[in-house]
Amino acid sequence: MLNPVNLLRQLGSRMVEGIWRLGYATRFFGAVLLNSGAALRRYPLTLREIYFSGVLSLIIIMVSGLFVGLVLGLQGYEILQRYGSAEQLGTMVALSLLRELGPVVAALLFASRAGSAITAEIGLMKATEQLKAMDMMAVDPVARVVVPRFWGGVIAMPILATLFSAMGIFGGWLIGVVAIGVDDGSFWSQMQASVEFGHDVWNGLVKSFVFGAAVALIAVFEGYDSEPTAEGVSRAITRTVVTSALAILALDFVLTSFMFRGTS
Amino acid sequence: MLDDALVHVENLRFDYGGKPVLQGINMRIPRGKVVAIMGGSGCGKTTLLRCIGGQLRPTGGKIVVDGQTVSTMNQSGIYAMRRRMGMLFQFGALFTDMSVFENVAFPLREHTDLPESLIRDLVLMKLQAVGLRGARDLMPNSLSGGMARRVALARAVALDPSLIMYDEPFTGLDPISLGVIGQLIRRLNDALGATSIMVTHDVQESLLIVDYIFFISEGKVVAEGTPDEIRHSSDPFVHQFVHAEADGPVPFHIKATPIMDDLFGGRHA
Repeated sequence: MLNPVNLLRQLGSRMVEGIWRLGYATRFFGAVLLNSGAALRRYPLTLREIYFSGVLSLIIIMVSGLFVGLVLGLQGYEILQRYGSAEQLGTMVALSLLRELGPVVAALLFASRAGSAITAEIGLMKATEQLKAMDMMAVDPVARVVVPRFWGGVIAMPILATLFSAMGIFGGWLIGVVAIGVDDGSFWSQMQASVEFGHDVWNGLVKSFVFGAAVALIAVFEGYDSEPTAEGVSRAITRTVVTSALAILALDFVLTSFMFRGTS
Repeated sequence: MLDDALVHVENLRFDYGGKPVLQGINMRIPRGKVVAIMGGSGCGKTTLLRCIGGQLRPTGGKIVVDGQTVSTMNQSGIYAMRRRMGMLFQFGALFTDMSVFENVAFPLREHTDLPESLIRDLVLMKLQAVGLRGARDLMPNSLSGGMARRVALARAVALDPSLIMYDEPFTGLDPISLGVIGQLIRRLNDALGATSIMVTHDVQESLLIVDYIFFISEGKVVAEGTPDEIRHSSDPFVHQFVHAEADGPVPFHIKATPIMDDLFGGRHA
């Protein structure tokens, strides 16, 4: 039924609901930060989560990084040789990876590999009353379950993005130097000359840290807030992946516009 | 006489979304006893248990556990109280990423600084009490329903609580497991000198092991008494419940218009 009043009402209720959820997520983030000190002092819990979200994502991150690097090598060479500057291939591959592709693609992969797993785990713990049982044992589930997973993600993400970039540069080198025959020395020396630690490497790390925090927060929040049924958990996992992807791309634009304003 | 009760519930009211669930519950639960709270599904008995454990805030009335008023406590007060409480959830709620041993050790590790050797001894003693010392290395997903319930029971009593609460401890168990859980509830309560509150609708098993029974219907206590009094009660509700009759004060049909109106839409007149 196309009743304009009803449509308006539905729109309004969606908006209010969205704002309410955003507020709830912010308060949840506050609770996570508030509980971080005590939970991080029990570092074995966080180490375990770094293992689960970081080490177990290694394969997909490294293989993807290698392929992205291979493609960058091919495409980069194809364009650069038109201008007779194929020896700049190392620079192009390294800058694309360190500034953009490393942090962004690694974060997207991390959201679908580790973020969804975190949401599923917390959601199922909620559905089977494990969180409630913990709460009844006077153990705060936010401190015991959520905080270690959050920090595990935040710590793992920059390391994974770095590995992604390293594998990508290796892939670019394989295609450019080994397969096509760009000069090995100029590949590395051009890269060394144009990549700045502070401007490029550090900014990339800051990006991946921010993405890690966003993905980890979305993943733990969606899990914690999921409806405690099989259907509710599956919807929460979908929301984690979709919201994370949007958040990563939007944050990337914001961060890039602050970090790289065409000054270099 | 008032002081020997561990839990006092006074005129407790609880609304859920504007709909009254509990409407003025009064009960006192004496120390050292096993008390059952019974009623049909959806009568508010689990809500009552959640209010006692501080998971839900009552809309009105008050709950006093061991001299402290639960309804006015802050979060740290509630956590301090819960360290002296154990709760068994309907399906055990074991932590699926931990072994049986780690599950029982969990409260000890979280709340004490005991050395590992002592934790091991305590956990094995608790598991021995529920007959599952041999299952210590299993993961929860390889346990049967009855075994999982027993592990959860061992976990609930890991810190020797003074109040143990059971949410539907008999649901979905075969007759043997059901008898085992019933006996364990009684024996653990007496061995620990604890007090137990059990929410259930299993009348026959409960009559065998409990000291006192409250019947709840539509958010009110409608009958109470010792198992003998309940067995011989002339109260129509209790009679229907104990003898599992389909029709009685709790009607078989939920409220509806007369069936003739529904089928013939008034045409039969």
